[in-house]
Amino acid sequence: MKERLLILEDGHVFEGEGFGADTYQMGELVFNTGMMGYQEILTDASYYGQIVMMTYPMIGNYGINRDDFESVDPAVFGLVVGEYCQIPHNWRSEMSLNEFMTLKNIPGICNIDTRELTKIIRKNGTMKAIMADKGADVAAIIEQLKQTDLSKDQVSKVSINKPFQIPNHADRVVLIDLGSKNGIIRELNLRQLDIVVVPYNTSAEDILALSPDGIMISDGPGNPDDVSETIETLKKLIGKVPMFGISMGYQLLAKACGAKTYKLKFGHRGSNHPVIDLASGQSEITAQNHSYAVEEESLKGTGLIMTHKALNDNSVQGIKHEAYAVFGVQYHPQSIDSEHIHPLYDQFYQMIEAHKEVR
Amino acid sequence: MPRRQDIKKIMVIGSGPIVIGQAAEFDYAGTQACQSLREEGYEVVLINSNPATIMTDTAVADKVYIEPLTLEFAARVIHKEKPDAILGTLGGQTGLNLVVELANAGILEANGVEVLGTELDAIEKAEDREKFKELMMEIGEPIPDSTIVYTVEEAVVYAEEIGYPVVVRPAFTLGGTGGGFARNEEELRDITKNGLKLSPVNQCLIEKSIAGFKEIEYEVMRDNKDNAIVVCNMENVDPVGIHTGDSIVVAPTQTLSNREHQMLRNSALKIIRALKICGGCNVQLALDPNSFKYYVIEVNPRVSRSSALASKATGYPIAKLAAKTAVGLTLDEIINPVTKSSYACFEPTIDYIVTKLPRFPFDKFPSADRRLGTQMKATGEVMALGRNFEESLLKAIRSIEMKVDHLEIKDLPESEEELWQKVKQRDDERIYAIMKLLRKGVDSQKIYDFTKIDRFFIDKLAHIVALEKEMKENPKNLTTLKKLKKFGFADSYIARNWQMSAKEVYDLRKANGIIPVYKMVDTCAAEFESSTPYFYSTYLHENESIVSDKPKVIVLGSGPIRIGQGVEFDYATVHCVMTLRNAGYEAIVINNNPETVSTDFSISDKLYFEPLTTEDVMHIIDLEKPLGVIVQFGGQTAINLADSLVEHGVKILGTSLKSIDLAEDRYEFEAMLHQLNIPQPKGETALTVEEALDIANRIEYPVLVRPSYVLGGRAMEIVHSDEDLRKYMANAMKEISHDAPILVDKYIVGKEVEIDAICDGKEVFIPGIMEHIERAGIHSGDSISVYPSQTLSQKVKDTIIDYTKRIGKGFEFIGLFNIQFIVDRNETVYVLEVNPRSSRTIPFLSKITGISMADIATHCVMGQSLKEQGYEEGYYPEKNNVYVKAPVFSFAKLRSVDTTLGPEMKSTGEAMGKDATLEKALYKALIASGVKVPTHGSVLMTIADKDKQEVLSLAKRFDNIGYGIYATSGTCRFLRENGIPVEEVARVNAEEFNVLDLIIKGKVNYVINTMSTDKNTTLDGFLIRRYSAENGISCLTSLDTADAILKVLETLSFSAVAMSEV
Repeated sequence: MKERLLILEDGHVFEGEGFGADTYQMGELVFNTGMMGYQEILTDASYYGQIVMMTYPMIGNYGINRDDFESVDPAVFGLVVGEYCQIPHNWRSEMSLNEFMTLKNIPGICNIDTRELTKIIRKNGTMKAIMADKGADVAAIIEQLKQTDLSKDQVSKVSINKPFQIPNHADRVVLIDLGSKNGIIRELNLRQLDIVVVPYNTSAEDILALSPDGIMISDGPGNPDDVSETIETLKKLIGKVPMFGISMGYQLLAKACGAKTYKLKFGHRGSNHPVIDLASGQSEITAQNHSYAVEEESLKGTGLIMTHKALNDNSVQGIKHEAYAVFGVQYHPQSIDSEHIHPLYDQFYQMIEAHKEVR
Repeated sequence: MPRRQDIKKIMVIGSGPIVIGQAAEFDYAGTQACQSLREEGYEVVLINSNPATIMTDTAVADKVYIEPLTLEFAARVIHKEKPDAILGTLGGQTGLNLVVELANAGILEANGVEVLGTELDAIEKAEDREKFKELMMEIGEPIPDSTIVYTVEEAVVYAEEIGYPVVVRPAFTLGGTGGGFARNEEELRDITKNGLKLSPVNQCLIEKSIAGFKEIEYEVMRDNKDNAIVVCNMENVDPVGIHTGDSIVVAPTQTLSNREHQMLRNSALKIIRALKICGGCNVQLALDPNSFKYYVIEVNPRVSRSSALASKATGYPIAKLAAKTAVGLTLDEIINPVTKSSYACFEPTIDYIVTKLPRFPFDKFPSADRRLGTQMKATGEVMALGRNFEESLLKAIRSIEMKVDHLEIKDLPESEEELWQKVKQRDDERIYAIMKLLRKGVDSQKIYDFTKIDRFFIDKLAHIVALEKEMKENPKNLTTLKKLKKFGFADSYIARNWQMSAKEVYDLRKANGIIPVYKMVDTCAAEFESSTPYFYSTYLHENESIVSDKPKVIVLGSGPIRIGQGVEFDYATVHCVMTLRNAGYEAIVINNNPETVSTDFSISDKLYFEPLTTEDVMHIIDLEKPLGVIVQFGGQTAINLADSLVEHGVKILGTSLKSIDLAEDRYEFEAMLHQLNIPQPKGETALTVEEALDIANRIEYPVLVRPSYVLGGRAMEIVHSDEDLRKYMANAMKEISHDAPILVDKYIVGKEVEIDAICDGKEVFIPGIMEHIERAGIHSGDSISVYPSQTLSQKVKDTIIDYTKRIGKGFEFIGLFNIQFIVDRNETVYVLEVNPRSSRTIPFLSKITGISMADIATHCVMGQSLKEQGYEEGYYPEKNNVYVKAPVFSFAKLRSVDTTLGPEMKSTGEAMGKDATLEKALYKALIASGVKVPTHGSVLMTIADKDKQEVLSLAKRFDNIGYGIYATSGTCRFLRENGIPVEEVARVNAEEFNVLDLIIKGKVNYVINTMSTDKNTTLDGFLIRRYSAENGISCLTSLDTADAILKVLETLSFSAVAMSEV
């Protein structure tokens, strides 16, 4: 077992044991409270540039399987756990967490007090951090952490370079990929739509040239301000085609309409976040993963109205446009099985149908 | 939606006496519910027949009725109180069934009482197999192939169709009573027959077996706005086939991928929504370990044992919130009482692993069938929290109080073959057998193949085995020690292997900073700030338990519920804690039982959910530095720790260790009584069979024999002859211990009397004297107890009061103590035993006299005299009413256990009856304890020769009230000779209509059977008693109990007398 350090920008140093890869990258240290779903988290491009700490202390119990990836290549810069399971068992498991992380070049650290770390992040906010070998010059590394800015080009790192199509004889949805989870494509596939996935910096003209019946804007990593290009594109598309944004895609839609975003102290990451649908009053327990939120005040005058809010901190969780077929949610609406489409996707399909009739 | 304004008074139904399958968890749930409703401003009327609970404290509800939970008495309370609404979903299956009964009888409608919480029709849908199946099919949730049968033949035909093995589930029974797993037609016939009999609607479900599937549970909640959440999911380490109450259970699930979890979560939520549950609900699912195939096994539309566990496991108080949703509040408007900064509408996430272990009564019932199946056998459970599975499991193991501190027991067979036998038949010791196999180098995969316990868990057990090896190879190595502690190894176990004392290991650790920290249970994995005073230990870096500067007192709880140490001790613990808090102390509780009120974190200032061992308690004492520790309310569990705590320099508050030893050490006890000039039955100790025989002959038979170190009647027997004594000694020498002597006491025939008293060191206050219906020889916990005493003369009472005062002062007790007396025919009073602690009767006596004994005792412990509290020395004036406490047994669930009452306690719970006369109070107590009291019927008598003369008058009285009498040959002949009309029945082995047929066919209402020493009839008697238990017929093994029942029957009956006879 290699002794390994986790060094935080605020000077905290945790000593633990290393697993996974041995190469380290600075990242934003965040925590996720989900008790399961580490494979999805590791491969969710929205975590690009982040070192993810799992609050549940035993990770890797069911191994890594072929089917539960959210993207082909993982994007996290590191994984922090209490204990990782060395001999996983599950009928679908193909390799252990350690094997996977070694293969995909993700460093990990275990055997540290993850609850203590959670509380540090809760109190001091998410911050920069890096792993290091034991014996490294800690003071110098802290200094370096302080001096270095987190990169702002995460989306360009995880978005595709060239468009591709998942063809079907059906309505066409263009998915603007900011680091999309496979989950979104899986969801669209449930309706057997004709899907064209395009890079985040595809122009409005190019998108319209694909004659889409609807446009989806995916989730993605980092600060929505860093992808102003996409915001400009969206501005040109609003009102022309029904649009549905998820997570960062939703934030970009809000920005395109003139609303503002701000950074949360330690974000929402987990699978137990209650969200209220303001129209029905009904709550939904949702999966979330975001550092930024749309400012409620800034919705005034944009034509957007709040449709969903977080029960616990009242942050905006969903919006729709009063005049146009445009809506989005901050959380990740997901169907659980192949038979039931999440109501929000249904809403999107209804918009597409309605729009086609008008056209 | 705000709370409902249109209702003001709510009637809550409790769960009644504690039986296997329905235990202290409902005291916890019910207490929370009552408090929760009162918090919202409702007037709460409670009915519950169990006096031992916190729930039936007058402070818990506005009005408390300790009355039988039957239609008759519930209806009376409704007529009197006229509640607007009734809540039955918090009183277990008993509560639910009673509400259904009240509704069906039209009583609710007639009185305009609304059913709160889940609607009755939903309850029916969940509980009626046919309707449930229909609903599941309607919403597309898979259930195993099954059908409802009403006859054994139907079952056989269906099983042929779907193939064996099949599971038999009787409808509407507690804890799966009467159910089972049938591998072939013979087994199927047997189980179905029994199941049909036990089901109140004579209905069984025959179901395709899904043995080997993972058993997963979801605890879900829903409100009337259709908000639905999962509070907790749990995984049974044992696959489907062992009742979840008897399984090792972990939370959260460990081996499910996110996709599998989401699939099952979705199913659970879909079901709770389809049933329109309002409140808590438990959904049990079976998941194929090799595909996404799953089945819904069972839904409990109410709070349950699992929901209590889920509440303690996550910190999320299900019952409290279920009560709030029942009165119209919705989850998204209720603040999460744990974080106080988020809402109840969320899904708790935890950052530790919880392990629950069942506590079985097999130490009390060595002859019981230890194989586990679909019928629950555990009487209680423990829970432990840790940051890894090994730690969590080993902490649970040393909480269970089965004399184990590690996954290792002495009495396992050596051969692999025999070990496999244990594993395959899935008895309660299978996990120890698995460990032994692993130690012998057996491959994990092979164990999986036979057990279908997920490899994840088996590999963790294998890891423990690897750690054991590392331990043995590295004695006193600090790196190893640190690792062992991280994975939950006990000091005592390490000490044994390193040839050190536990204290030396402890000191070694302390000197090297290897000590645990405490982490908070907060429902949210530290995402939100929280100040829950609820902690568990683990070996990590940051300690979260902040020590205050207030004066602190630690109160030790009583651990898992078992026979002999039930919810009564939790009652006293809770009272002690509340009194300490009121007096300005910081009250800290250490306990490990997830079912109880004392482990509700809102009861104490701080709760440490930890094993009750010296090591675990000392860690907390080291951190908290309390004024001292109170051990007298936590039963024998806490008392047993006093010695080693004192050795560690801890101050025991109240009765000192010296006084405890005076009462518990036989020699010191004898000497002390002698000094106080108080008589006790003659007795001596024997180390050999010859010595025992010699003593017995000197003090004369009958004698009472027992091993010296055992309290509470374990392994006690009344012996009448040399032959019996030899037999007993042979067993005792083999089974008990080689060096501990056997006590041989004169058995005195007489009345048994019991007192509980409080002493402040100087004066003694006696709230009441209780007299037992059964003569001495039957354990006090199994006797019917009456207050005030009915047959004692003033002289005897005065003697008892005098002795009690002398003992309290002489032993220098500070706090509670309990004395058992025997009064012989000459009115000589003997002291049988003195318990320097709270007893089983404290809640009963406190409730009926209105003297809250645990509170007063706590004040004494903290230095306040009785006088200062306003109590005069002596006996408190007796009440006019009569109060009867009757024992409740769970024999139907424990196959092969002999139901004969004797010095060893066998009951699991108790019920109370109160009224103006003894007969009325007895009637209520009997009804409440489940004994039926029909005004006409029949009785079967099989009486040992020694009791025949005595039974004559009972038989006459049965005849007088018109009861038919059946008897076996000897008894029959004797009764006929004495002019009593009797119908003879053939003995057990007769082919045509024998005595067992009589019982099975339900032809008799009571069986009176007394134990004979004649070998030929021993087995017959056993079968008669077992058949009675399994067929729900009261079997009375003491003539005194029979006499008491007759008294009741006589007051209910009117005899027909011809004018000429007058």
